[in-house]
Amino acid sequence: MMKTDEKLIINGKRLDGRKPMDIREIEMKVGVIPNANGSAYVRFGKTTAFAAVYGPRELIPKHLQEPDKAILRCYYNMAPFSVSDRKRPGPDRRAVEISKVTKLAIEPALFLEEFPETTIDVYIDIIQADGSTRVTGINAASLALADAGIPMRDLIVALSGGKIDDTLIIDLCGKEDNYSEADIPIAFLPNTKEITLLQMDGRITPQEVKDTIRNILKAGEQVYKKQKEALKNRYK
Amino acid sequence: MKEYILNLLEKNKRIDNRKLDEFRKIEIQKDFIQRAEGSARVKFGNTDVIVGVKLEINEPFPDTPDSGILRTDAEFTPIASENFFPGPPNENAIELARIVDRGIRESETIDLEKLCLEKGEKVWGVCIDIRIINHDGNLIDASALAALIALTTTKIPKIKDDEIIREEYSGKLPLKHKPITISIGKIGDKFIIDPCLQEENLLDSILTVSVREDGKICAMQKRKNSLKVEEINKIIDLAVNKSKELRKLI
Amino acid sequence: MTEKVREIVLPGEVIGNTKTEKSGHGTFIRDQNIISKFLGIPKRVKDYISVIPLSGVYTPKRHDKIIGIVISVEKSGWIIDINSPWKGFLSLSEGVRDFIDIRKVSLKRFFDVGDIIYTEIVDVRNGDIQLSMKSPSSRKLEDGVLVKITPSKVPRVIGKEGSMINSIKEKTKTIIRVGQNGVIWLTGQDIEKAIDAIKMIDEKSHIFGLTDKINIFLSDLNDENR
Repeated sequence: MMKTDEKLIINGKRLDGRKPMDIREIEMKVGVIPNANGSAYVRFGKTTAFAAVYGPRELIPKHLQEPDKAILRCYYNMAPFSVSDRKRPGPDRRAVEISKVTKLAIEPALFLEEFPETTIDVYIDIIQADGSTRVTGINAASLALADAGIPMRDLIVALSGGKIDDTLIIDLCGKEDNYSEADIPIAFLPNTKEITLLQMDGRITPQEVKDTIRNILKAGEQVYKKQKEALKNRYK
Repeated sequence: MKEYILNLLEKNKRIDNRKLDEFRKIEIQKDFIQRAEGSARVKFGNTDVIVGVKLEINEPFPDTPDSGILRTDAEFTPIASENFFPGPPNENAIELARIVDRGIRESETIDLEKLCLEKGEKVWGVCIDIRIINHDGNLIDASALAALIALTTTKIPKIKDDEIIREEYSGKLPLKHKPITISIGKIGDKFIIDPCLQEENLLDSILTVSVREDGKICAMQKRKNSLKVEEINKIIDLAVNKSKELRKLI
Repeated sequence: MTEKVREIVLPGEVIGNTKTEKSGHGTFIRDQNIISKFLGIPKRVKDYISVIPLSGVYTPKRHDKIIGIVISVEKSGWIIDINSPWKGFLSLSEGVRDFIDIRKVSLKRFFDVGDIIYTEIVDVRNGDIQLSMKSPSSRKLEDGVLVKITPSKVPRVIGKEGSMINSIKEKTKTIIRVGQNGVIWLTGQDIEKAIDAIKMIDEKSHIFGLTDKINIFLSDLNDENR
């Protein structure tokens, strides 16, 4: 965590004018990449992600196939121009880890057993990063999977929460992420409230962790609503 | 399908009702990525490309101590096609990046002399990063156009105490020229502009030409099979002519 | 343009309950709720609720008649691209009626790479899809153009008792074969217009009054042709 003398909350308002429990402006569009089986574009404030689903499709090499279900592969990558100081192309260690936890976040929602010996490939591409990129990517992946006609138990809703200047907040932007006392990204299945992604970094009390999780689940309803709207709008 | 497309071409028609020398619908979005110093998104029909430009402080090359540096990279991101997979750029991605780079470098688009910060020590490095969002053919032309438009939106960051202050700018990237890159494909004895992916797979040959606003040719690249001299001459003329259409869009 | 859209349900959405209804294709049960698996259109027939997905790959089913493309010629049969995550296999005995001496005759004589066939799925077993050319309607399809649509929309393209596809065939003077796997083969006069009509159905199957729209589109053509 970086330290700053700058106050991140002044008079109850965050740097971008938001209240602690406010989510940034959300934009979601489904069906944006014609070649993909399913695709979506999601923006939270300035953080922007594309997700594309290819599959279920044949898996080569064959020895990676599972006889009783599809395998799920997730790949998270950031554009070199998505961050302040240009990032060299290709996934770094952080991206590899995010790919792994993203797969875990999504898998419980999918009926993989309906497609033995195939692969479902979920690709997430971050075009601009301003905090909370992994949850933005997971929301995009959720929409792309539904768009692809993959049978799902539920959509997957993702959102970050944390603490800045002794205040619990929702949806951390880049600067807040850098100077936060805690950053907790969460993904969950909205109808059963099963948590499929949970990570944390920071220094806060157990009660604050529990409160943040509760806050995220509550605010996540808004994100769920946006996902549903975006899917319905695909077919207007 | 192949015969169907070839039959249509015999009658000077294409599968999407275009004329042989007609572009698909072109959509352009400028300067929409705040993190990047410059950006553009270009669509030719369903082909969709985003280019971001980032400026960094680099050491100049020893033989050009007061000249800025240009580099161009392209990523065939897996979101764009069922045939793109995660991993380092393959030969097609590298070729595309080098073709776009050549068009910009040889035409002297960027006034690199004006990018010197400290002779022999520090210069601005301009990084053009091409990202394919959806592949429906003619990635080169779409990428080159997006790169040029991104450069026209590019701003130079402020520097304070030897540190770059991102998202605060001291001026625009100085540009001297504007090259337009056009690829012309040959099937049988027909020449087509802006091939979509299905057409691209059937081309006998394809020649990419970069034309500067003063009419000079700055770069060329032939791909696939051979061309006769008369065909090359015809393509050059066609490219120069068609470049005017794209130029209006900048 | 505002068009009236059919009811669309989402993955995870509760659309019924097991006390009064039965769970059909595209739905699953949790506790006593019947829940949609897909972004799709709910179908209520008697007390069965099912959901027709608006997108998705083709899942091979026994007895489906499909259109495939020969990908390779093997020693004992042919491997067929059936527009699905799994490939189909046409064995020698199911592909050819007569007795063949494979020492003397190459399989390529019957079906070669790139050939298009209208064939039937006779067995589906964990990724092993067996095809047969023995049914009377099976045949090689020569020339023509292939178009792919979302497999779940095939019933709409065919229409009630073939009404939609016959209408398209008549008005565009084309011969059309529709595979259950979403692959459609066309040949004839006004192929482009037939393809346009089929693509319109693929894109707008969720809108009310689609049948009328297509009929209007097709009659406009006939007027043009006069």
